[in-house]
Amino acid sequence: MRIPWSKIAFYVVVAVIVLYTVFPFYYAILSSLKSGSALFNVDYFPFNASIDNYISVFREQPFGRNILNSVVVAVLTVVASLFLAVTAAYALGRIRFRGRTPLLFTILGVSMFPQVAVLSGMFELIRGLGLYNSLLGLVLSYMIFTLPFTVWVLTTFMRDLPVELEEAAIVDGATPWVIITKVFMPLMGPALVTTGLLAFIAAWNEFLFALTFTLSNEMRTVPVAIALITGASQHELPWGNIMAASVIVTVPLIVLVLIFQRRIVSGLTAGAVKG
Amino acid sequence: MTTASERLGPPGPGRAAAQLGKPEVSDLTRARVRSAWLFLTPMLLILALVAGWPLLRTIWFGFTDATLDNLESYELIGLENYIFLVQDPTWWRAVWNTVWFTLVSVSLETILGMAIALTLNAHFRGRGLMRAAVLIPWAIPTIVSAKMWGWMYHDQFGLINDLLMRIGILSEPLAWTADPDLAMWAVIMVDVWKTTPFMTLLILAGLQMLPQDCYESAKVDGVHPVKVFFKVTLPLIRPALMVAVIFRALDSLRIFDLIYVLTSNSEDTMTMSIYARQQLVDFQDVGFGSAASTLLFLIIATATVIYVTAGRLRLDGGR
Amino acid sequence: MRRALAVLAAVVTVGISHGAPAAEISISCGAVGQELALCREGAEAWAKQSGHTVNIVSTPNSATERLALYQQLLAAKAPDIDVFQIDVIWPGILAKHFVDLKSHLGADEVAAHFQPIIENNTVADRLVAVPWFTDAGVLYYRTDLLDKHGASPPTTWQELTETAQKVQDAERAAGNDKMWGFVWQGRAYEGLTCDALEWIDSAGGGTIVDADGKITINNPAAIAAIDLAASWVGTITPKGVLNYQEEEARGVFQSGNAVFMRNWPYAWSLGNSADSPVKGKIGVVALPKGGADGKNTGALGGWQLAVSRYSPNAEAAIDLVRYLTSAEEQKRRAIQGSYNPTISSLYQDPEVLDANPFFGNLYDTFVNAVARPSRVTGTKYNQVSNEFYNAVHSVLSGKEDAASSLADLERTLTRISRRGKW
Repeated sequence: MRIPWSKIAFYVVVAVIVLYTVFPFYYAILSSLKSGSALFNVDYFPFNASIDNYISVFREQPFGRNILNSVVVAVLTVVASLFLAVTAAYALGRIRFRGRTPLLFTILGVSMFPQVAVLSGMFELIRGLGLYNSLLGLVLSYMIFTLPFTVWVLTTFMRDLPVELEEAAIVDGATPWVIITKVFMPLMGPALVTTGLLAFIAAWNEFLFALTFTLSNEMRTVPVAIALITGASQHELPWGNIMAASVIVTVPLIVLVLIFQRRIVSGLTAGAVKG
Repeated sequence: MTTASERLGPPGPGRAAAQLGKPEVSDLTRARVRSAWLFLTPMLLILALVAGWPLLRTIWFGFTDATLDNLESYELIGLENYIFLVQDPTWWRAVWNTVWFTLVSVSLETILGMAIALTLNAHFRGRGLMRAAVLIPWAIPTIVSAKMWGWMYHDQFGLINDLLMRIGILSEPLAWTADPDLAMWAVIMVDVWKTTPFMTLLILAGLQMLPQDCYESAKVDGVHPVKVFFKVTLPLIRPALMVAVIFRALDSLRIFDLIYVLTSNSEDTMTMSIYARQQLVDFQDVGFGSAASTLLFLIIATATVIYVTAGRLRLDGGR
Repeated sequence: MRRALAVLAAVVTVGISHGAPAAEISISCGAVGQELALCREGAEAWAKQSGHTVNIVSTPNSATERLALYQQLLAAKAPDIDVFQIDVIWPGILAKHFVDLKSHLGADEVAAHFQPIIENNTVADRLVAVPWFTDAGVLYYRTDLLDKHGASPPTTWQELTETAQKVQDAERAAGNDKMWGFVWQGRAYEGLTCDALEWIDSAGGGTIVDADGKITINNPAAIAAIDLAASWVGTITPKGVLNYQEEEARGVFQSGNAVFMRNWPYAWSLGNSADSPVKGKIGVVALPKGGADGKNTGALGGWQLAVSRYSPNAEAAIDLVRYLTSAEEQKRRAIQGSYNPTISSLYQDPEVLDANPFFGNLYDTFVNAVARPSRVTGTKYNQVSNEFYNAVHSVLSGKEDAASSLADLERTLTRISRRGKW
């Protein structure tokens, strides 16, 4: 009876992990279904659930538009930073040249300043480029935190790919561009999907820049829209609405993960090629 | 570090590529270096654009007495801001808080992230759903999750006190975010919950890119799984792990919004970023706030250099 | 920038062809919900009447975040927002970016508003903002609990302490073990500055810094007031209050677990909403006096409207401000949203009193509310407030006693103010 026991233990671990990560989200869903004074009571199961909060989120502001903005900004950010980072990571990970290590550190150094410190300089930059209150301005400013991260992670992965593949390609007369796109990219699947996903979420969740560089409700992204949800008066916190909005914006991400998870697993096959 | 490639491969015809590091400069090497710079240029241009100006400006303002509502006329005051800063006990308290916070939360996140990644790396039913479930905390905007936890931590109608009292661990409610002894732990708990998925995903990507052959041979040899983990897995995913830890540490050394929402400007949990923001925004003192930001940058840079050196993280690719 | 140019171009072309330019005015007011709806209705009514168009920009609900955003825009001289809704403590901080409205409003128009607020909004002899609605701290109590235990609403803080203790003990003995005597805002943030200022001012302990910029905080009345408050924590007040803002306090009170609460008037209509467990059991009185010879007081809150100097359409923007702050508009807001008017005569208006019965009793509180020392401290106000609430917070959490904490505070403020010169 050895196998069942370890299996049971394994599933207990799985259950604990899921409970730990999901329970607060479950609680958010519960709260989003409550209204008024019921929020001040602790419940573990939905009683008197109502979807009023979900309706009012869309009624009281252009929330659909906000979601669209977030999607556009996050997708553009991911595409731009992955494109820039993959080529850069090839150069940094596969080619030896003078000044490579200092360059890597400089890139890393960019993500060592507190966001609030670069805020006003970035504000001037965005205004100077005429990108104030536009989604493109957000995409550009998000590069400051997505680029260092994607470049570094992809460089690490790129470096560990087997050298034989590249050698063979070079013998066949492939240019570096072909090596990147035809030889390495297919192997980088898990790394690309993972970094892309992390960059997507980082852009999706960013608040400070999005608040400062956009002005109209039609240009705002989801976190700002959520933070700007208020109650009927100044001090009142519309807890139910905020939770409903959070649940709404988290669902697309879960769907995204479910879609891309096959790609995350595809690393197994890449490993097989390598071996 | 032993990578698959080093163990593999007879010296093939593409010798030139393997000898790129050698001093003799071939045409191929030159061409490759040229293309390296070509590939780097767009990324560097964008980075210089978005980071260059704001960062240099911050460093410059650190030596001035500029204020937020008057950024045009200011005087250079040399190191005065820095002298003031290093004499401020609140600053050093913030530094200590930040370091403590980073050490504890990043360690916990690494251990937990590793455990979850190993679990996810195994084949079992419902793995896809669990992968999505594990990502949820990371996917909720920080502003929202901080508010949500603030609510759950509430001493009177918070879920956590209610739960612990039902189970019988607590006999009376605790003021999680208000009690000076508990506040930092409360913040760490939320950070661990929120950012473990980041670690998990990066470690998982590292695990999935590992060659399967060494596992199979280990399995055949009947090596104990724990030993396999420490002897095979850990060394192989170390580069990915180190990079994940660097970025988590950089993030948590700069932690701001989570703590700001949970406990605002309370000195019990004040971090360097919160200190800098308070000076910069609340107190309008751009000069002083910029100096604090620059010092924060220097502290982080030093820590990174120490970490990379001590961890013998190889930046040169090893070939 | 582009938008500004477009507006400018539009103004120029229209101006040439018609002579009476129609401007597009952007106003920042509230975010969503009732506040936004009321602002939108008012602004649109004005637009209809004047032929201009209005754009409503929603900004963060958190006052600190809103201030940071305003400063970012104003420091860049951005013309994107013409009319700013500003907190009562901001005139000193933002004064230089706003138009002087004194000459644009008639003297009697100015005189109709509460005098203390007009004074508060006048910086270096320039009226930088017009009062829009006001706010003051008040004391909420449970009428049913006081009746049941034969107590009456307290007139002094000492009396409040005793009554709260008595009712709390009796209720707990009766099995209601979640009951607390008094909840308020104790988190280290601006709200604690308001609460503590009320304790001190009600005992005649001054307002931290007086009107001439002299630092007055280190005095026996202030020390006694803070020490009294510290004695509440853990006895009649839950320890968690040290991290409470308005909503946490309301949560405890509204779920029926507190006898007294210090809060702003907004809690009234929420506490009496249909699903509230304490509906119809709430009374509101002025905050207690600090001792028999103290006075009733309440911290001055509320919001003003100001016109940006960088507005390309200042004339139209000023007109919008006049419209929104007029008696008719304030009356509409008072009736529909319980927003306290800043015009004295509206407190005798039967329709207003009908909608908000407690406005009449509390008229004195609203008109005599104590302002935080933001005008005299100017751009340093946030720093002063931060030092103050941190000093008070450390006493409340038992790390220091009030005497030494306030002595330290006096030294720090002296340094910040460059010896009272500010």
